[in-house]
Amino acid sequence: MKEQGTVKAAEFWRWQEYHRVMPKKWTSKDLITAGVDVGSVGSKAAIMVNGEAYSWGITRTGSNSPESAAKALSYALEGTELKASDLKYIVGTGYGRVNVPMANKAITEIACHAKGANYIWGPRVRTVLDVGGQDIKAIRIDETGRVVSFLMNDKCAAGTGRGMEVFADLLQIPIEDIGEISLKVEKEPEPVSCTCVAFAKTEAMGLLRKGWTKEKVLAAYTRAMAVRMANLINRVGLEKELVVTGGQSKNIGIVSRIEVILGVKCLPMPNWRDEGNLDPMVAGAFGAALFAKALYEKAQKA
Amino acid sequence: MITVGMDLGTQRVKTVVLKDGAVASRGQALSGFDPTKAAEQAVDEALKVANLKLSDVAYFAATGSAMDMAPYANSTVSMMGADAKAGVYLFPKARTIIDVGAEEARAVKCGDKGIMVDFVVNERCAAGAGVFIEAMARALEVKLEDMGPLALKAERASPINASCVIFGESDVVSLIHRQEPKPEIARAVFDAMADRISSMVHRLGVNPDVVLIGGVAKDEGFVASLNRKLGLTVSIPEYPDYAGALGAALTAATRAKGAQK
Repeated sequence: MKEQGTVKAAEFWRWQEYHRVMPKKWTSKDLITAGVDVGSVGSKAAIMVNGEAYSWGITRTGSNSPESAAKALSYALEGTELKASDLKYIVGTGYGRVNVPMANKAITEIACHAKGANYIWGPRVRTVLDVGGQDIKAIRIDETGRVVSFLMNDKCAAGTGRGMEVFADLLQIPIEDIGEISLKVEKEPEPVSCTCVAFAKTEAMGLLRKGWTKEKVLAAYTRAMAVRMANLINRVGLEKELVVTGGQSKNIGIVSRIEVILGVKCLPMPNWRDEGNLDPMVAGAFGAALFAKALYEKAQKA
Repeated sequence: MITVGMDLGTQRVKTVVLKDGAVASRGQALSGFDPTKAAEQAVDEALKVANLKLSDVAYFAATGSAMDMAPYANSTVSMMGADAKAGVYLFPKARTIIDVGAEEARAVKCGDKGIMVDFVVNERCAAGAGVFIEAMARALEVKLEDMGPLALKAERASPINASCVIFGESDVVSLIHRQEPKPEIARAVFDAMADRISSMVHRLGVNPDVVLIGGVAKDEGFVASLNRKLGLTVSIPEYPDYAGALGAALTAATRAKGAQK
């Protein structure tokens, strides 16, 4: 969205763009592959050495998918001494996957998130909830990370991450604190009746006008989002263990409410802020890099 | 007799002052965070234009999504009721009234005295309301008022996802990058909205005398698409955005007379 006024408002919606290199060595004999996940809101690129996460970068998706893909990949390469030409095979995924010019192949984000969740948490994962900027997917997977079935919000973006961005701006709370703050209510309020992203602002203003605190407003909206997600999981069929990937995996307000509604615990989230830890927001790119490895090896054998 | 109708919408408050059954003046203000204050301003403005004071008003009636927050109100009128009343007052033969506002769209079927018989509402989803056009105009980087004239230049429409504002926005962004002509994208936006509205109207059963009111009725691009979809020409009053307030003012007059008896 363009700035309308002359004074640039603080960008509370802006989540942290960062890159990370794992403490690992590589040689020219290693198989180096990459996955680039161009989402509707975030672009993620991951580089793997022999199928192990080596580095990644997360950046905001711009209006141009090819540029966003290139930006994320160069961010992942930063500080690694790797060059783009060292990457043997690249798989593109995500909403903008057909627009990843450097990719050798495009694979759906559903398959990639499934694979990536299996990589992050191991073979016990059977249900993956992927919540991104404007989509929600509930995916059933087997012990190898293969997709068994899935459901997604194909008609409507209600209850997705974009709504949280609107709330962050309106309530002037940094987006990464929203989850914690939404939990600071004595009693959980009724969920709001409408989670349409386009109406998020009106919805929030209506509640604030009623005299609700920011915490209570956030709790009611986050609850409604979690209800939508839990419904999708129930429709696809919940099988333990459950994990959450995508940008909203970082929202503790969402994750903990889903646990309450479904009556199950998710597998522990790696704390992405700590060096050396994986980031569930990058699950799709990890999965894509793993597919890249398999595809490269297959091509070598043929 | 002086009566005032107030329509407290999600974006604007509109007021109409009615003097002995004829419109004397109109006023409006942005709803903002305090619709009560906005309504006071809009009433103030309209009364000033008509050279009247608050004490001259026999009856105030409020409608619109924030009607419960209206100042001065003697009573409230349902939005569908106000639509029907205004539609038949403006076009006596009208039996179907379509009201497309910023965040809601309604189709109302009514009888000859402007009594509502049946209605269909699109709420809780932005894809069938004015904000859909606003969001797409932003994505196209076109001024809202330029969307209509732009769409009228198109021979055909580029396909976009019309089920959701957010998905539609993404589609528009990728169409721009594919260098689709903007007029065709604009036309697609209006066609998509018209599709949703016409399916609402069809659920009520169409009759040939259809009136279109609400702020979106001022958009010629939308009107052209809706006429094409419905296969008829809708009637539009001079001030379509004030129709809700007019309906409330007319109801106020009836109620004031009832109270006098």
